[in-house]
Amino acid sequence: MSVGLGGAVGALLRWGVEVLVPLGQGWPWSTLLVNVAGSAALAWLVVHTDRRAHPPWLRPGVGTGLLGGFTTFSTYAVQVAVVGADRPVLAGLYLVLTPLLCVAAAALAGGAATRRDDR
Amino acid sequence: MIEGMPVLLAVACVAVGGALGALLRHVASLPPLGPLRGTLVVNVVGALALGVLVGLGGRLPTWAFLLLGTGACGALTTWSTLAVHTWQLGRRSRRRAAAYLGLSLLLGVLAAALGVGAASVLL
Repeated sequence: MSVGLGGAVGALLRWGVEVLVPLGQGWPWSTLLVNVAGSAALAWLVVHTDRRAHPPWLRPGVGTGLLGGFTTFSTYAVQVAVVGADRPVLAGLYLVLTPLLCVAAAALAGGAATRRDDR
Repeated sequence: MIEGMPVLLAVACVAVGGALGALLRHVASLPPLGPLRGTLVVNVVGALALGVLVGLGGRLPTWAFLLLGTGACGALTTWSTLAVHTWQLGRRSRRRAAAYLGLSLLLGVLAAALGVGAASVLL
């Protein structure tokens, strides 16, 4: 229940960012922004909920549903495949930059949440 | 109006698709697949499906793309969980983290390209 509700809100937020941040020079800014921000937020939430008491809907609703539905791997993969056919350098850069920034954002946010909790 | 359809209808399509996608992803991450394999499977399947939808292009009505593409495929697949899994795996074994991320990227992009290609063959 909370997963579905969170997924609906997450997908709407992602769609809102896509509408507000238009494609500039073929570079998919909105998808990159959504994925990096969502990765950082989920890492923070996971650390927090692993260590602290929290309402039972928080992890499935906000984590799996909202943040999972907010970020998208399919759009990323299709963008790489479609842009790669015409502009291989741009697609290659996007292919590498997204995982680097998403994992770095998760590690930074998760690490910061861990340190904050340890204090 | 958004792309020729009422705003509320467009919002409903994205929301319903998003709810369905997130629920499917949740079910896939339960046993027998579990979180790691479940996330890999939904990401690859979602990339393939979105590839087909994008490949169909203008043949698809706007509401169907918002429901199935933006909503369902977008929410079925996830970067946040993939990034958090990679980070958590990497704290124990960098090799396992790199293998998991690499496999996701390779299969995901191949599936997307396959989907786009399959759609253009169908047309």
